[in-house]
Amino acid sequence: MTRKQKRLAMIGAIGLVLAVATGLILVALQDQIMFFRSPTEVVQGKVKPGEAFRLGGLVETGSVVKEPNQIVRFVVTDGANTVRVTHQGILPDLFREGQGVVTEGKLEPGGVFNASTVLARHDENYMPREVADSLKQQGHWKDGKGENKGESKGARP
Amino acid sequence: MIVELGHFALILGFAVALFQATVPLWGAIRGDAVLARLGAQAALVHFGLLALAFAALTHAYLVSDFSVLNVFQNSHSLKPLIYKWSGVWGNHEGSMLLWVLILALFGAGVAVFSKRLPDDMLGATLGVQGLIASAFCAFLIFASNPFLRMANPPIEGRDLNPVLQDPGLAIHPPLLYLGYVGFSIVFSFAAAALVLGRVDAAFARMIRPWTLAAWITLTLGIAMGSYWAYYELGWGGYWFWDPVENASLMPWLTGTALLHSAIVLEKREALKTWTILLAVVTFSLSLLGTFLVRSGVLTSVHAFAVDPERGLFILLILIAFIGGSFALFAARASALQGGGLFAPISREGALVFNNLFLSVASLAVFVGTLYPLLLEALTGAKISVGPPFFNLTAVPLMVPLFLAIPFGQKLAWKRGDLLGAGQRLWTCMALGVVGAAISAYAAGGGPVLALAGIGLGIFLVLGALDDLLDRALRGGIGMIGARLRAIPQSITAMALAHAGAGLMVIGISATAFETEKIAAMKPGETMALDGYTLRLEGIGPVTGPNYNAIAAEFSLRDPSGAELARLRPAKRVYIGRQMPTSEVGRYRHGLSEIYLAIGETSDGQHVDLRAYHKPYVLLIWLGPLLMSIGGILSLLDRRLRIGVPARRARLRPEPAE
Repeated sequence: MTRKQKRLAMIGAIGLVLAVATGLILVALQDQIMFFRSPTEVVQGKVKPGEAFRLGGLVETGSVVKEPNQIVRFVVTDGANTVRVTHQGILPDLFREGQGVVTEGKLEPGGVFNASTVLARHDENYMPREVADSLKQQGHWKDGKGENKGESKGARP
Repeated sequence: MIVELGHFALILGFAVALFQATVPLWGAIRGDAVLARLGAQAALVHFGLLALAFAALTHAYLVSDFSVLNVFQNSHSLKPLIYKWSGVWGNHEGSMLLWVLILALFGAGVAVFSKRLPDDMLGATLGVQGLIASAFCAFLIFASNPFLRMANPPIEGRDLNPVLQDPGLAIHPPLLYLGYVGFSIVFSFAAAALVLGRVDAAFARMIRPWTLAAWITLTLGIAMGSYWAYYELGWGGYWFWDPVENASLMPWLTGTALLHSAIVLEKREALKTWTILLAVVTFSLSLLGTFLVRSGVLTSVHAFAVDPERGLFILLILIAFIGGSFALFAARASALQGGGLFAPISREGALVFNNLFLSVASLAVFVGTLYPLLLEALTGAKISVGPPFFNLTAVPLMVPLFLAIPFGQKLAWKRGDLLGAGQRLWTCMALGVVGAAISAYAAGGGPVLALAGIGLGIFLVLGALDDLLDRALRGGIGMIGARLRAIPQSITAMALAHAGAGLMVIGISATAFETEKIAAMKPGETMALDGYTLRLEGIGPVTGPNYNAIAAEFSLRDPSGAELARLRPAKRVYIGRQMPTSEVGRYRHGLSEIYLAIGETSDGQHVDLRAYHKPYVLLIWLGPLLMSIGGILSLLDRRLRIGVPARRARLRPEPAE
């Protein structure tokens, strides 16, 4: 092969890998991402049937019910609307009534959100940013709650 | 008083950094050796001052000086000594101080080993390092000062986040930072080489030890973080594709590519611009990681304070350095001469293949990490990009790379023989298939992809070590010892590092065969787990130095009924913050583990138990450990350090007036 042919072959191979990678990324961005929804958005019917998404809000005080087989039921609220959630498994350490929570799962036909995952946090004051934003939108943002300014958390585990 | 001394040392360190950023750089550009050499002294003084500042903050933590805001917010007098000490960097301000200290450490390192460097190269490199140090010192002093006092000192502190109260905190952040920040010096070398227009084999030899050192610590830091998450967070995962984790993975991927492309530059004087670009990109990604972690722009399961002012400050630093270095690159890269030619099938070709896949994988991680930010900025839609995205993009991109490693090791420079290399690897491939088949038989089937992964891992380990075996056995059984000693250290280093990658692949694939069981248990009840039997012996309170805990005691019996161990997973509540954490109970057998975590016990009569049997899980971290051992061997290889002084171009000092 001449020098020019070698260079062309090299560029072609690199282009091929880049094209495959771009294709993979685009396909994955189509199918493998999850939207974050607030209870209001769920009630308004913005969720497609069968779509997996993240539901976030506050755990309504007094709503947590533990049942046999590690099934737990609770209600997620953003102040304006609520969604009932069911989850099977052990809840993360920092799951508390009246505090922010993010769950991952699908809406069942009865309007109950079946959470496959309840996301854990590493800090008792931490409010997931999406939850804070959706609470603000509903005008139920309590001053300073979750907005732990000056309280910085450092190194990640 | 000591705190004020530390504060003063930090400010003085900032001033010295400003000097280091200007005078030696000027000297290097103007060809003034005396001014250029001043960079070495400045770097040493700068390091000394920052070490002093760091020591002062550490002292404040050790004596629990709660008049310091930072200590009050993150410490507690009852905290065990090791966490008072490691708690210095368990918060934003302290960890940024550690960041800058390590930045200074690498500058000082170059100053100490500078005798072999040309004067202008030394001056320019330390000058660029001084620029970075100035920017981050300013950030520390003006936006995250750890030395601020409180007017009315409280009696007790607010304690360190309990999740961080673990020996992991003493090891993981310093290692990770050594890696992250270590690439700064490689970046400085690259910027200096661009300014001076000199990129050659000598340059590759200059950056080699620093790239290796940064890479080794970054590898260990990421692996340590993964292991820590595995045992501390109580849900048995080792990697969550969390943005903060991705932030450390991106510079690792490009840093690994840099390590390999620098070899091509050193041996063949090819890939000049590419190597420089990788050096720039790697540190840019480290800066990006610092920005993502420190500004709170990304939502992550890791909690970080959101402070727009700090985020903006780091963003400006990020833009200045990335923009500046890319502008420099664009202006000067065309001046670099092309290097040696090589056939596509050759050692160089294999290393280009490696670089291509590592960079593209890094790109995929980059898109997955930043796409949510971009989408939210543009449309307001909030999305999360989780494991499924990365499993579909970054993971498939790594498979061809892992397959190619053993072939690459066998190809000669300039022109290799793929068929010859393939012939030797047939046996390894066959053994990989056999290994996968045995795993399938032992596990009674299993996901095809996971079995293929195990086969791939075995092929990679054997293929990587094949060279060593071949060389060792060449002289007959009696000669093994002598032959092993005769193997060049660099060959051993490469074989071990690549075998480490193989071990990691096996460990990750084996997670598909783990067993998870969840049950509510009362004392006296038993649970069967893959032939083992767990019996809850009792539940009781435990009191620690700064926490109270409820612990459950389980006895673990093997299939024959013999007791193997007592495991005590617990739920701790820390007094300072009233925050619960999980302590897991683990039993290791071979490379596998039994892993127990309990939920909260509401009534004290029963516990929710989550039990795992994780086969070969330890390989996930032993693999990277072996990779770093390979790196350390390579770093210690004496043969590669000779020759550096061969191209010593001293500038003539200006005659005295």
